Amino acid sequence: MSDHGGLHPAQPFPAAAREQVVKAQLRANLRKVTTTIRAKRANVVEELPHWEQLRTLGAATKDASLVNLSDRLLQLEQSVRARGGYVHWARDAKEARDLVARIAQAHGVDELIKVKSITSDEIELNKALEERGIHAVETDLAELIVQLSNDRPSHILVPAIHRNRAEIQALFNAELPGEGALSDNPAELAGAARRYLRHKFLTTKMAVSGVNFAVAETGTVCVVESEGNGRMCLTLPEVLVSIMGIEKVLEKVEDISVFMELLPRSSTAERMNPYNSFWTGVTPGDGPQEFHLILLDNGRTNVLADEFGRQTLRCIRCSACLNVCPVYERAGGHAYGSVYPGPIGAILTPQLLGMHDKNANTLPGASSLCGACYDVCPVKINIPQVLIYLRTEANLQKGLTAEALAMKGLKFMMSEGWRFEGALKLARVGQGPLVRGDAIPSLPGMLGGWTQSRDLRPFPKEGFRDWWKGRSQGTGPADVNAAPPETVQKAEDGPIPPQKKEGGQFDAEPPREDTL
Amino acid sequence: MTAEPFPSTAEAKLELLTRINRAIAGAEQQPLPPYPVSAPLSREAVLHQFEDRILDYKAAFTRVLAGEIVGAVAAALGGARRVIVPPGLAAAWLPAGLDMLRDDPPLSHADLDRAEAVVTGCAVAVSETGTIVLDHGPDQGRRALSLIPDLHVCLVRGDQVVQTVRQAVDTVAASVRAGRPLTWLSGGSATSDIELVRVEGVHGPRHLHVIVVE
Ligand code: SF4
Repeated sequence: MSDHGGLHPAQPFPAAAREQVVKAQLRANLRKVTTTIRAKRANVVEELPHWEQLRTLGAATKDASLVNLSDRLLQLEQSVRARGGYVHWARDAKEARDLVARIAQAHGVDELIKVKSITSDEIELNKALEERGIHAVETDLAELIVQLSNDRPSHILVPAIHRNRAEIQALFNAELPGEGALSDNPAELAGAARRYLRHKFLTTKMAVSGVNFAVAETGTVCVVESEGNGRMCLTLPEVLVSIMGIEKVLEKVEDISVFMELLPRSSTAERMNPYNSFWTGVTPGDGPQEFHLILLDNGRTNVLADEFGRQTLRCIRCSACLNVCPVYERAGGHAYGSVYPGPIGAILTPQLLGMHDKNANTLPGASSLCGACYDVCPVKINIPQVLIYLRTEANLQKGLTAEALAMKGLKFMMSEGWRFEGALKLARVGQGPLVRGDAIPSLPGMLGGWTQSRDLRPFPKEGFRDWWKGRSQGTGPADVNAAPPETVQKAEDGPIPPQKKEGGQFDAEPPREDTL
Repeated sequence: MTAEPFPSTAEAKLELLTRINRAIAGAEQQPLPPYPVSAPLSREAVLHQFEDRILDYKAAFTRVLAGEIVGAVAAALGGARRVIVPPGLAAAWLPAGLDMLRDDPPLSHADLDRAEAVVTGCAVAVSETGTIVLDHGPDQGRRALSLIPDLHVCLVRGDQVVQTVRQAVDTVAASVRAGRPLTWLSGGSATSDIELVRVEGVHGPRHLHVIVVE
């Protein structure tokens, strides 16, 4: 386990995506969830005519916290302590998981319950606890499915969306003792999870949670959820440990309002999610009587230090950007190789790692730059711009590469009309051996990078230029819609390089607009 | 505070704060834009909106006059007999013949688990989102009471229903500053984790019945 936990992708994005896009079930499930939530979200957002102003306020509120971050954290620490809680600071994943383990050991527990928390996945908490003989039980239904099947989450909001009901039926029948034979009915499966977990909720001594927001002024911590497993974990055990990224802090109580408006509509596409819990330190006679708050850096200060990339830390993990992203929809969450998938993962992961991880640095390339993620982001993170910015950063890290050389060649070729025409003729002849059907599935040599995750369309037998010449010499097709001369000039000024035309497998199935 | 039983992370704290201060050196705070608000609705429209949202969550909704509370609570409880009643909830609102579990002295987890229903008041409710906010005052009891039984009957005074989230947060800000926990409820517990099929009720109360009293 690395000091930075579950952030590092094991391979570059194009290679990982190649393995994932062939999984038909995964793609069908993902398409269903993303299209459904997308449509629902649009409806509930439309209900609020001042949505844009809410976004602007959400972004500004987060920015204000970030530029005052050290003061806010110190204030938070003081407020939590004043209410009888403990506050710990962790520089990296290792320090955070050591803290949790030490608290568990101090209480002699060998099992604890958990609320779904991506931050705890980031620090690889479960694995670290397991190594010390402490079993962490996930209590969110999807997380339980992922945990019981030794799988990894594929979506922030619906982590087990890549599994279907038959798989879950088989899993529960094998793993949940005393349930008898379950059908594949989702209500019955959820019922089995309810019975299995209830005993744990009522008897387990310690719980671990993440944090959606924390209020510096009062020390109040907030967890947002749907199933009630969160309330169970936050209320019934004697000891509660909550782990928060340092960027989750807000200034004052009133600040939570704008996020309670923005988050549910962006995330589950509901006006409000079923349950939100807020607590402050320890409340005598109500809930856990020992509370620990762990403040985690793990690379967040790297992000903070970059004036342009800093906006990434506004993220409230709603997952709206995943649901609109054409690349995420096809490649799936696992292709990102890190606990943060989708557009937010493509910018957050490499930045958290300080742009020093060569696999993570391929993530900013995982985008068509269509801009949909920016449109839906409730805190107005300009993901497309950050992506471009990070691509530049990543390239600077790499130095002169084959791709950079090829681009230089391309520029030389396209800077003169005659060179470009000559190259096209050559290409038409030269491509012969590479064409399979009506696609070029892979290019040789250093050009192979282009075709790693896309097929190329071959050059047409007759290009526009030849067609145009033939037409003006009277040998082309009838001159029905002759363009005025200045338009022709324009077309010659800026030929679109045919290489940019992406075809083939990524576009094979256009998204359908299903509804529930 | 006495010596903390857990190892100090003072060194990490110092380094973290140093990193942060270095990272944000020179950054300036921009003024916050104003909070956007919805066009205000009439009282009647707010209550209608609240009802509409509650029903949309598939929770039950009844609107009654003060004199009709007992009947409404009895109807909402259905066949439930073992009912948890927070220490501060008026006994006059409850129908006769219940096996009332008062949380005084505090009930054990096992006792709570044997209860069939709970009846509480609330601190404030939001019509725009159909949300009920508990600040766990005496008529609502500690958090576990409204969590474990399968049916939650919640009494909401008409004048506790505000239109927006912002108004609700302003209303309970004093409770938060006093250190009280909050629970926001919007319908009953639900999951869509299996093939996005919505299943009502996973771990919290599977049934919520809201009674608005005027
Ligand atoms: S980047 Fe924006 S849209 Fe994506 S998860 Fe974060 S807050 Fe949501």
